[in-house]
Formats: sequence, C-alpha cells, structure tokens
Amino acid sequence: MITFTVEDRDGEQKPVEVPEGISLSLMEVLKASDYNILATCGGMALCATCHVQVVNGFDNLPPAQDLELDMLDTLPDADSDSRLACQIRVDEAVEGALFRIKSEEPS
Amino acid sequence: MITTDICIIGAGPVGLFAVFEAGLLKMRCHLIDALPQVGGQLSEIYPQKPIYDIPGYPAINAQTLVDNLMEQIAPFNPGFTLGERVESLDRQEDGSYQITTSDGTAVHCQVVVIAGGLGSFEPRKPEILNLEQFEGKGVAYMVKNPEQLRNRRVVLAGGGDSALDWTIFLAEIAKEVTLVHRSDSFRGAPDSAEKVVELAKQGRINLVLQSNITSINGNGHLQEVTITAKDKSVTTLEADNLIPLFGLTPKLGPIADWGLSIDKSAISVDTTDYSTNVERIYAIGDINTYPGKLKLILCGFHEAALMCQSAFHHVHPNQKLSFKYTTVNGVPTF
Ligand SMILES: Cc1cc2nc3c(=O)[nH]c(=O)nc-3n(C[C@H](O)[C@H](O)[C@H](O)COP(=O)(O)OP(=O)(O)OC[C@H]3O[C@@H](n4cnc5c(N)ncnc54)[C@H](O)[C@@H]3O)c2cc1C
Ligand code: FES
Repeated sequence: MITFTVEDRDGEQKPVEVPEGISLSLMEVLKASDYNILATCGGMALCATCHVQVVNGFDNLPPAQDLELDMLDTLPDADSDSRLACQIRVDEAVEGALFRIKSEEPS
Repeated sequence: MITTDICIIGAGPVGLFAVFEAGLLKMRCHLIDALPQVGGQLSEIYPQKPIYDIPGYPAINAQTLVDNLMEQIAPFNPGFTLGERVESLDRQEDGSYQITTSDGTAVHCQVVVIAGGLGSFEPRKPEILNLEQFEGKGVAYMVKNPEQLRNRRVVLAGGGDSALDWTIFLAEIAKEVTLVHRSDSFRGAPDSAEKVVELAKQGRINLVLQSNITSINGNGHLQEVTITAKDKSVTTLEADNLIPLFGLTPKLGPIADWGLSIDKSAISVDTTDYSTNVERIYAIGDINTYPGKLKLILCGFHEAALMCQSAFHHVHPNQKLSFKYTTVNGVPTF
C-alpha cells in the first residue's frame, strides 16, 4: 500500500491509501476519492484545475516537465512547491507526502 | 434591441452547430459568448489538439473544426455578441424572452438555447488586496482596446504567454510598462521570453521577478501598486493600469440562478428534445445532464438536431414541420 495525506480546501487532512502498482495519476485518485476538483482537460496539463501544493515530499517527486511548468505559470496562486495533480504518478515517490488542494472549488 | 428566433448562449461547437440545424428549419439565431472568440473549449483550451471522434474526419485539429463550423453556418448569417456574459433571462408576457448581457446588450427571442459548456470562462484572479474595488477603474483582466493604454503607466502580472506578448506590445505604446512575475524565469514561448528580457536590459520596460503584487490603492481610480518580493522587501509603484494575466477558468456563473433544475453544476433535461424544466428554454452540449450523458462534441451535435425540431413549434406555432434531408432540399438560406 502507498499512503499519503490530502488536505482539502477547508484544512481537513485525511490519509489516502492506494494499492501499489496501480497506474493512476494523483488527479485520478483524488477524483476517485470524491475530492471536488474539476480536472476539465482529463489530465492533459491543459486546464490547471487540478493544482496542488506539495507541502511534504516535494523533492521525492520526479520534476515537472515543460508543459506542466508552462501551465503552472498561468496560475496566480502557484508557488515553487506547486504541481498539477494529473502529472504526478501515484507510486512509491508519493509515499508519506502531503498534498494541499489549491485549485478553486468548482461552482 | 436585437431580435431573433433563437438566442444561443455559448458559441462552443455545440452552439455553433445548433445554428445550422435551426437554419435548416428556417429559424434565425443569435449567439452570445463571454469569450472574445467563438469555439468554446476547443479554441480556449486545446486549439492545436487533434480530435479523432468526429464522424468523417479520421483526425481534425480543434481550431479547424471550429473554422469549418463557422463556414458551415455562414449561409444562415447568425448574429454574434462576443466578449459579453449573459446575466439575466426575463420571460415576457407572451412567453418569449429578453436576454441581457454584462455589457447591457439586449436580445429578444422566442426560444433560449443554453449551450454553455462548463460555464462561462472567467479570468483567474490573483489575491491582491482591494483588487475587485478597482475593476473597471484601472484594473482589467484582458486588453480589449490597447489604444486606451497609450501613454499610460501599465503594470502587468503573470508569466505565461499572454503576459509576455502584451508586455512586448505595450512597450511600444505605453508610457511605462512593468511586468511582475512570481518566479525568476519565464516558461512561455522562448522567443517572447528572450524579447522581454532584452527590453528590460534596454531599460524599455521594468521587469520585477520573484515578486507578487500584494495590494493596490487609489482615489476612485488606480494610482499605486504594492509589490512584495520573495525576500519580503516591499516596493510601491505609481501606476494607472493593472492587468493581471493568469488565464481563464470556467464558472457556471449566472446560469445557476435562472430557476432551472440543476444537478451537480449541469442542467437536467428531457432527452426527447433536450428541454429544461422551464418552457422554451433548452440546454444542449456539456452543460446538460441526463442518464447516460457523455460529454462529447458528437453527442452535443445530436442534441442540437433534436432540440431544433422541438423549438420549431415555439418559433412557428402555426406551421407544420415535415422532416427533409439536406441531400433532397440542399441547404436553404435566408
Ligand atoms: C483537453 C480537452 C480535450 C477534449 N477532447 C475531445 C475530443 O477529442 N472529442 C470530443 O468529442 N470532445 C472532447 N472534449 C470535450 C469537448 O471539448 C466538449 O464536449 C465540447 O467543447 C462541448 O461543447 P459545448 O459547445 O457544449 O461547450 P463549450 O465548448 O464549453 O462552450 C461553451 C461556451 O459557452 C460560453 N458561456 C457559458 N456560459 C455563458 C454565459 N452565461 N454567457 C456567455 N457565454 C457563456 C463559454 O464561454 C463557452 O465559450 C475535450 C475537452 C477538453 C478540455
Ligand atoms: S486535469 Fe487539467 S491540468 Fe490536470
């Protein structure tokens, strides 16, 4: 099992457990765990509605690629620890991480 | 006041194709979109992506599909109001509607078709103290008319392509241009990033990196911008205009307040004709929901065709509708 923590917009933190070896992105896991994120583009790094801040474990993740960095640049509230959840594979690298949901709540 | 048969809210692919289907039945359309261009998600989010599931096209570029739709509906001469968001719908005594936009444009129509997709695309707003207070008084989220910025002191914020492009453009006409960006490098098109850095070296623009705008002030109109750097140092800059450019994000917006039955940000419809719970209002494309709904362009096109057959009875209450193929009749025009 891979375990990490997700902090929702209201500050509530909950652990999320995912079986090892599933090929899903963090965005897909968040949606499947009923977090309210829009993810309009379905994971193509085109909409930035899956923005998360990696509070713990940022350095363990593989670095963001150009497309993701370009998109992050268009966000007013992105910082150096910002990532797009759809570009993060859920594998050993996210073990123990803390992700804070940053994207605006869909209306 | 603009008068038409069908007013379509949303000029995405589904709203555009609805014009064609309506035209075949001799109904005139007027389209309104909050974006300055037609095409909805295709033009705004993924103009250069190929789409593989449009019948008859093994692959088609999203913007080409939009261009083709515009060509296909040209014979029907639809009206367009772009760059304005629909704010309200008012039912008239005879059952028709008056629609009003954010800029006060009024459209009178017999039938309203909501093809609003994910909602209207609104600018992403940074957290800046007093920001909303100065909207329209020096603060704007897009450059509609660059001439209005001639000889002004303009501050731009953002690090994407539009922030870079407008900085380069405004360097020529504004009195003073400052670009504020939170990082120390630009990810946008390398050409534009290089040009901006070069302009800064020549002293033709001010480039403030690793910084965010934190508050703004003025007396009725924007006068100064306060910038806080990563190292927490604070500077204040005199400015006439502030343009935060952080892209757009869809919001359901006013559609939520029109008394329509809404389920998880989508409008519930009857699948026989895609009518809503309110007479003469239809909802097609990504904005509607029903059991089995698929958010695909193809499905929105189908919905547009069925919707028009039903809308016809409101637009031409005394005429009988008989179904004909375009191959038999050709494409009639007005
Ligand atoms: C990255 C990506 C890839 C996709 N790929 C495919 C694909 O391969 N095949 C496929 O079939 N589908 C695809 N889709 C889905 C497809 O884009 C949508 O199904 C389609 O755009 C829906 O069209 P629409 O006309 O209903 O809405 P939209 O395209 O969302 O257009 C709605 C328009 O309404 C406007 N609007 C909303 N409210 C208001 C208001 N109050 N006032 C004024 N204007 C308003 C908006 O500004 C917008 O322009 C993709 C989507 C994305 C994001
Ligand atoms: S889902 Fe669109 S950028 Fe991640």
